[in-house]
Amino acid sequence: MSRYSAFSLLRGALTGQRHWQPAWRDPEPKSHYDIIIIGGGGHGLATAYYLAKVHGLKNIAVLEKGWIGGGNTGRNTTIVRSNYRLEPLHNLFEFGLKLWHGLSDELNYNVMFSPRGAMFLGHSDADMVKLAERGDAMRCDGIDADLLTRDQVAKLEPLLDMSRDARFPIQGGLIQRRGGTARHDAVAWGYARGADSLGVDIIQKCEVTGFVRDGDAVVGVETTRGRIGAGRVGICVAGNSGHVAGLAGLKLPIESQTLQAMVTEGVKPMINSVIMSQSLHCYISQSDKGGVVFGGDPDNWPSYAQRGHPMVMEGAVAQGLALVPALSRLRMVRTWSGVTDMSFDGAPIIGETPVRNLFLNGGWCYGGFKATPASGYTYAHTLATGKPHALNAPFSLDRFERGATIDETGSGPMPNSR
Amino acid sequence: MMRIPCPHCGPRAQSEFIYERTVDSVVPLNAPPEEAMTKLFTRNNPRGVDDEVWRHTYGCRAWMIVTRHRVTNEISGCRAIGPEALP
Repeated sequence: MSRYSAFSLLRGALTGQRHWQPAWRDPEPKSHYDIIIIGGGGHGLATAYYLAKVHGLKNIAVLEKGWIGGGNTGRNTTIVRSNYRLEPLHNLFEFGLKLWHGLSDELNYNVMFSPRGAMFLGHSDADMVKLAERGDAMRCDGIDADLLTRDQVAKLEPLLDMSRDARFPIQGGLIQRRGGTARHDAVAWGYARGADSLGVDIIQKCEVTGFVRDGDAVVGVETTRGRIGAGRVGICVAGNSGHVAGLAGLKLPIESQTLQAMVTEGVKPMINSVIMSQSLHCYISQSDKGGVVFGGDPDNWPSYAQRGHPMVMEGAVAQGLALVPALSRLRMVRTWSGVTDMSFDGAPIIGETPVRNLFLNGGWCYGGFKATPASGYTYAHTLATGKPHALNAPFSLDRFERGATIDETGSGPMPNSR
Repeated sequence: MMRIPCPHCGPRAQSEFIYERTVDSVVPLNAPPEEAMTKLFTRNNPRGVDDEVWRHTYGCRAWMIVTRHRVTNEISGCRAIGPEALP
């Protein structure tokens, strides 16, 4: 693999840019791999990358039913942050945030990580108390969080409706300045290029249709491109976890729902940070291209359809317009939706399954993109050693029967109420 | 938006309904702890047809079982729940 650099670009300029090579190979599947990862999204590719890089494993395949990064990696709002109140959550996401800050250098691929600040709005006294409590919990673990006054919020985001009779009056906020956004495709492509150069086979258009069992263990997968043997198999298909785990006879604490997002035409800079309101469940940011990206609640009923319903979109738009009235002058150019694994406590599931040699990484609800590096790093540890990593141990599949749920919103086992 | 054929009111817009849970996750009152745990915390979640419990909240307020395809949203059946619907 040739390194990307300003120098190579300059040299290419003198030779008509004919030096470009494909960033990863398109190999035929082998008959056996030590580790197979099902799912070539950001998480699966990151897992493969860290398996090869950190654990020195070579005989690894990533199986993707469509094209890499074409699922939820390409269907999110690219927000990166670690501002959770509960310790297991903010520790995992903070580990990821630290990786994000060096990711472009690590991968020699510009993931366009832009730490512009991720801000929660507070709309009431109760909101402000909750935000202060969350910020305190984060700072206890060394994660940055600053409580903002109403004036500070107004100064940072002049286009917010700060009037006293606003539909959603703003009293203040909580900002994590190291949070921001990144380029979704680049994350998948960067990890794919890195993993491929370390010997990982990335096999696209290869859908897993079943598992090969030997007693209580999984010893391979059936795919649309034939049977492939494996020492260990890692499911990494958030959105379709229920379906794929179902092929192995597992019933998961997950319900799949659709989450929509949308983007306006490109305009000059108008949103400086990532504006989020958890009381409303609305999040707004501006892409580097100038489009204002925003999203809202999931469609609160089960669905695997990668398209959403207008009535939910209308709700998100209403919230966005109430917060930033100037958005009403913009045209919406694109909407999309992804299938999210809504878990039963709102936290992800990473670790062993009751089936030997079969591992699961899923249940990311609507917050998986930001975790891509942390998810890959810790899942790679689990797949390589067969044991949980310290950071993913609390997220084991059996936590529900043990009563050890990680319920950030405290809304109980109801995926449709999150 | 889907159109749900309410057994009491006829076809109505989905915005009048609220999804509750799937039929396989309704916990019987006399369920032993193991069964209650499984029903409370897991779902079949098929990428296909499933039976779901919906409520016509902004209509007749009755509960019903909707048989729906999770990818195409095609509704192949909707039946009432209540004393008259019990076997």
